[in-house]
Amino acid sequence: MAIEATVIENLIKEAFPDADVTVDGADGVHMSAVVCSSQFLGKSMIAQHRMVFAALKGKMDGPNGELHALALTTKTKEE
Amino acid sequence: MSDTIQSSIKETIETNDVVLYMKGTSSMPQCGFSSRIAGVLNFLNITWLDINVLADEDVRQGIKDFSDWPTIPQMYVKGEFVGGCDIITDMMLSGELDKLLETNNIEFDKDAADKVREANS
Repeated sequence: MAIEATVIENLIKEAFPDADVTVDGADGVHMSAVVCSSQFLGKSMIAQHRMVFAALKGKMDGPNGELHALALTTKTKEE
Repeated sequence: MSDTIQSSIKETIETNDVVLYMKGTSSMPQCGFSSRIAGVLNFLNITWLDINVLADEDVRQGIKDFSDWPTIPQMYVKGEFVGGCDIITDMMLSGELDKLLETNNIEFDKDAADKVREANS
Protein backbone atom coordinates (compact mmCIF):
# COMPACT_ATOMS: atom_id res chain seq x y z
CA MET A 1 0.00 0.00 0.00
CA ALA A 2 2.94 2.33 0.50
CA ILE A 3 4.54 4.46 -2.15
CA GLU A 4 8.19 5.37 -2.74
CA ALA A 5 9.28 8.97 -2.30
CA THR A 6 10.89 8.86 -5.75
CA VAL A 7 7.57 7.82 -7.33
CA ILE A 8 5.88 10.86 -5.82
CA GLU A 9 8.76 13.07 -6.87
CA ASN A 10 8.63 11.82 -10.48
CA LEU A 11 4.85 12.28 -10.76
CA ILE A 12 5.18 15.85 -9.54
CA LYS A 13 8.11 16.57 -11.86
CA GLU A 14 6.12 15.24 -14.82
CA ALA A 15 3.41 17.81 -14.16
CA PHE A 16 5.81 20.60 -13.20
CA PRO A 17 8.88 20.24 -15.41
CA ASP A 18 10.44 23.45 -14.07
CA ALA A 19 9.91 22.56 -10.41
CA ASP A 20 12.33 21.95 -7.59
CA VAL A 21 10.77 19.04 -5.71
CA THR A 22 11.75 17.59 -2.35
CA VAL A 23 9.84 14.63 -0.94
CA ASP A 24 10.42 13.38 2.60
CA GLY A 25 8.91 10.75 4.85
CA ALA A 26 9.95 7.22 5.60
CA ASP A 27 6.72 5.22 5.81
CA GLY A 28 5.43 5.86 2.28
CA VAL A 29 1.97 6.63 3.63
CA HIS A 30 2.42 9.93 5.46
CA MET A 31 4.81 11.99 3.37
CA SER A 32 5.77 15.62 2.95
CA ALA A 33 6.68 17.51 -0.19
CA VAL A 34 8.05 20.92 -1.04
CA VAL A 35 7.31 21.98 -4.60
CA CYS A 36 8.70 25.16 -6.05
CA SER A 37 7.39 26.06 -9.51
CA SER A 38 6.64 29.14 -11.60
CA GLN A 39 3.29 27.49 -12.48
CA PHE A 40 2.03 28.56 -9.05
CA LEU A 41 2.40 32.26 -9.82
CA GLY A 42 -0.82 34.14 -9.18
CA LYS A 43 -2.67 31.05 -7.90
CA SER A 44 -4.31 30.77 -4.48
CA MET A 45 -2.84 28.28 -2.05
CA ILE A 46 -5.86 25.99 -2.47
CA ALA A 47 -5.39 26.10 -6.26
CA GLN A 48 -1.66 25.37 -5.87
CA HIS A 49 -2.30 22.35 -3.66
CA ARG A 50 -5.03 21.09 -6.00
CA MET A 51 -2.53 21.21 -8.89
CA VAL A 52 -0.12 18.99 -6.97
CA PHE A 53 -2.88 16.57 -5.91
CA ALA A 54 -3.94 16.35 -9.57
CA ALA A 55 -0.36 15.48 -10.54
CA LEU A 56 -0.48 12.51 -8.15
CA LYS A 57 -3.16 10.99 -10.37
CA GLY A 58 -5.36 9.28 -7.85
CA LYS A 59 -2.60 8.01 -5.58
CA MET A 60 -4.41 9.74 -2.72
CA ASP A 61 -7.96 8.75 -3.63
CA GLY A 62 -10.24 6.99 -1.25
CA PRO A 63 -9.71 4.21 1.23
CA ASN A 64 -7.54 2.35 -1.31
CA GLY A 65 -5.26 5.30 -2.04
CA GLU A 66 -1.64 4.44 -1.44
CA LEU A 67 -0.81 7.78 0.08
CA HIS A 68 -2.82 8.88 3.12
CA ALA A 69 -1.32 12.28 3.79
CA LEU A 70 1.01 14.62 2.00
CA ALA A 71 2.10 17.64 3.99
CA LEU A 72 2.49 20.11 1.19
CA THR A 73 4.44 23.33 0.82
CA THR A 74 4.12 25.09 -2.52
CA LYS A 75 6.21 28.06 -3.56
CA THR A 76 6.62 30.18 -6.64
CA LYS A 77 10.17 30.65 -7.86
CA GLU A 78 10.28 34.13 -6.37
CA GLU A 79 9.47 33.02 -2.82
CA MET B 1 -21.56 9.65 -5.14
CA SER B 2 -24.60 9.74 -2.89
CA ASP B 3 -26.78 12.81 -3.32
CA THR B 4 -28.16 12.44 0.20
CA ILE B 5 -24.67 12.70 1.70
CA GLN B 6 -23.78 15.66 -0.53
CA SER B 7 -26.90 17.61 0.42
CA SER B 8 -26.46 16.79 4.09
CA ILE B 9 -22.86 18.10 3.95
CA LYS B 10 -24.06 21.27 2.21
CA GLU B 11 -26.69 21.80 4.89
CA THR B 12 -24.18 21.21 7.70
CA ILE B 13 -21.63 23.74 6.43
CA GLU B 14 -24.28 26.33 5.62
CA THR B 15 -26.02 26.17 8.98
CA ASN B 16 -22.81 26.21 11.07
CA ASP B 17 -20.34 29.09 10.78
CA VAL B 18 -17.22 27.00 11.34
CA VAL B 19 -17.12 23.26 10.64
CA LEU B 20 -14.14 20.91 10.76
CA TYR B 21 -14.39 17.49 9.12
CA MET B 22 -11.80 15.60 11.09
CA LYS B 23 -10.61 12.22 12.32
CA GLY B 24 -11.84 11.97 15.90
CA THR B 25 -13.60 14.67 17.85
CA SER B 26 -12.80 18.12 19.23
CA SER B 27 -11.96 16.65 22.63
CA MET B 28 -10.33 13.50 21.25
CA PRO B 29 -8.71 13.96 17.86
CA GLN B 30 -7.36 10.72 16.38
CA CYS B 31 -4.89 12.09 13.87
CA GLY B 32 -2.08 14.62 14.23
CA PHE B 33 -3.28 16.81 11.38
CA SER B 34 -6.85 16.96 12.68
CA SER B 35 -5.50 17.57 16.16
CA ARG B 36 -3.49 20.58 15.01
CA ILE B 37 -6.47 22.42 13.50
CA ALA B 38 -8.77 21.45 16.37
CA GLY B 39 -6.12 22.81 18.74
CA VAL B 40 -6.00 26.14 16.89
CA LEU B 41 -9.80 26.50 16.84
CA ASN B 42 -10.10 25.66 20.53
CA PHE B 43 -7.19 27.90 21.55
CA LEU B 44 -8.75 30.79 19.65
CA ASN B 45 -11.99 30.08 21.52
CA ILE B 46 -13.98 29.76 18.29
CA THR B 47 -17.42 28.14 18.34
CA TRP B 48 -17.13 25.31 15.85
CA LEU B 49 -18.70 22.01 14.91
CA ASP B 50 -16.64 18.83 14.76
CA ILE B 51 -17.68 16.11 12.33
CA ASN B 52 -15.90 12.82 12.96
CA VAL B 53 -15.43 11.15 9.58
CA LEU B 54 -14.24 7.95 11.25
CA ALA B 55 -17.79 7.48 12.52
CA ASP B 56 -19.28 7.34 9.01
CA GLU B 57 -17.48 5.92 5.98
CA ASP B 58 -20.00 7.61 3.62
CA VAL B 59 -19.19 11.03 5.07
CA ARG B 60 -15.46 10.25 4.99
CA GLN B 61 -15.59 9.70 1.21
CA GLY B 62 -18.46 12.19 0.71
CA ILE B 63 -16.53 15.17 2.02
CA LYS B 64 -13.59 14.41 -0.30
CA ASP B 65 -15.98 14.28 -3.27
CA PHE B 66 -17.73 17.44 -2.09
CA SER B 67 -14.61 19.60 -2.05
CA ASP B 68 -12.59 17.60 -4.57
CA TRP B 69 -9.84 17.56 -1.95
CA PRO B 70 -8.18 14.23 -1.17
CA THR B 71 -7.32 14.61 2.50
CA ILE B 72 -8.88 15.16 5.91
CA PRO B 73 -9.06 17.44 7.96
CA GLN B 74 -11.07 19.97 5.97
CA MET B 75 -12.23 23.27 7.41
CA TYR B 76 -15.29 25.21 6.23
CA VAL B 77 -16.28 28.78 7.11
CA LYS B 78 -19.79 30.00 6.24
CA GLY B 79 -20.24 27.23 3.72
CA GLU B 80 -16.90 27.73 1.97
CA PHE B 81 -13.98 25.29 1.95
CA VAL B 82 -10.97 27.05 3.48
CA GLY B 83 -8.31 24.35 3.44
CA GLY B 84 -6.60 21.46 5.14
CA CYS B 85 -3.94 21.32 7.79
CA ASP B 86 -1.10 23.01 5.86
CA ILE B 87 -3.24 25.88 4.61
CA ILE B 88 -4.87 26.58 7.97
CA THR B 89 -1.48 26.48 9.72
CA ASP B 90 -0.07 28.89 7.16
CA MET B 91 -3.10 31.20 7.44
CA MET B 92 -2.88 31.11 11.23
CA LEU B 93 0.75 32.21 11.22
CA SER B 94 0.35 34.82 8.46
CA GLY B 95 -2.70 36.44 10.08
CA GLU B 96 -4.90 35.58 7.10
CA LEU B 97 -7.09 33.40 9.31
CA ASP B 98 -7.81 36.41 11.56
CA LYS B 99 -8.88 38.38 8.50
CA LEU B 100 -11.11 35.58 7.26
CA LEU B 101 -12.82 35.29 10.66
CA GLU B 102 -13.22 39.06 10.96
CA THR B 103 -14.69 39.36 7.44
CA ASN B 104 -17.22 36.67 8.32
CA ASN B 105 -18.06 38.17 11.74
CA ILE B 106 -16.90 35.10 13.61
CA GLU B 107 -15.83 35.76 17.18
CA PHE B 108 -12.37 34.65 18.22
CA ASP B 109 -9.70 35.51 20.75
CA LYS B 110 -7.35 37.86 18.94
CA ASP B 111 -4.84 37.86 21.84
CA ALA B 112 -4.62 34.07 21.66
CA ALA B 113 -3.95 34.29 17.91
CA ASP B 114 -1.16 36.81 18.55
CA LYS B 115 0.28 34.50 21.21
CA VAL B 116 0.42 31.59 18.73
CA ARG B 117 2.29 33.79 16.26
CA GLU B 118 4.64 35.06 18.95
CA ALA B 119 5.46 31.51 20.03
CA ASN B 120 6.14 30.47 16.42
CA SER B 121 8.08 33.49 15.23
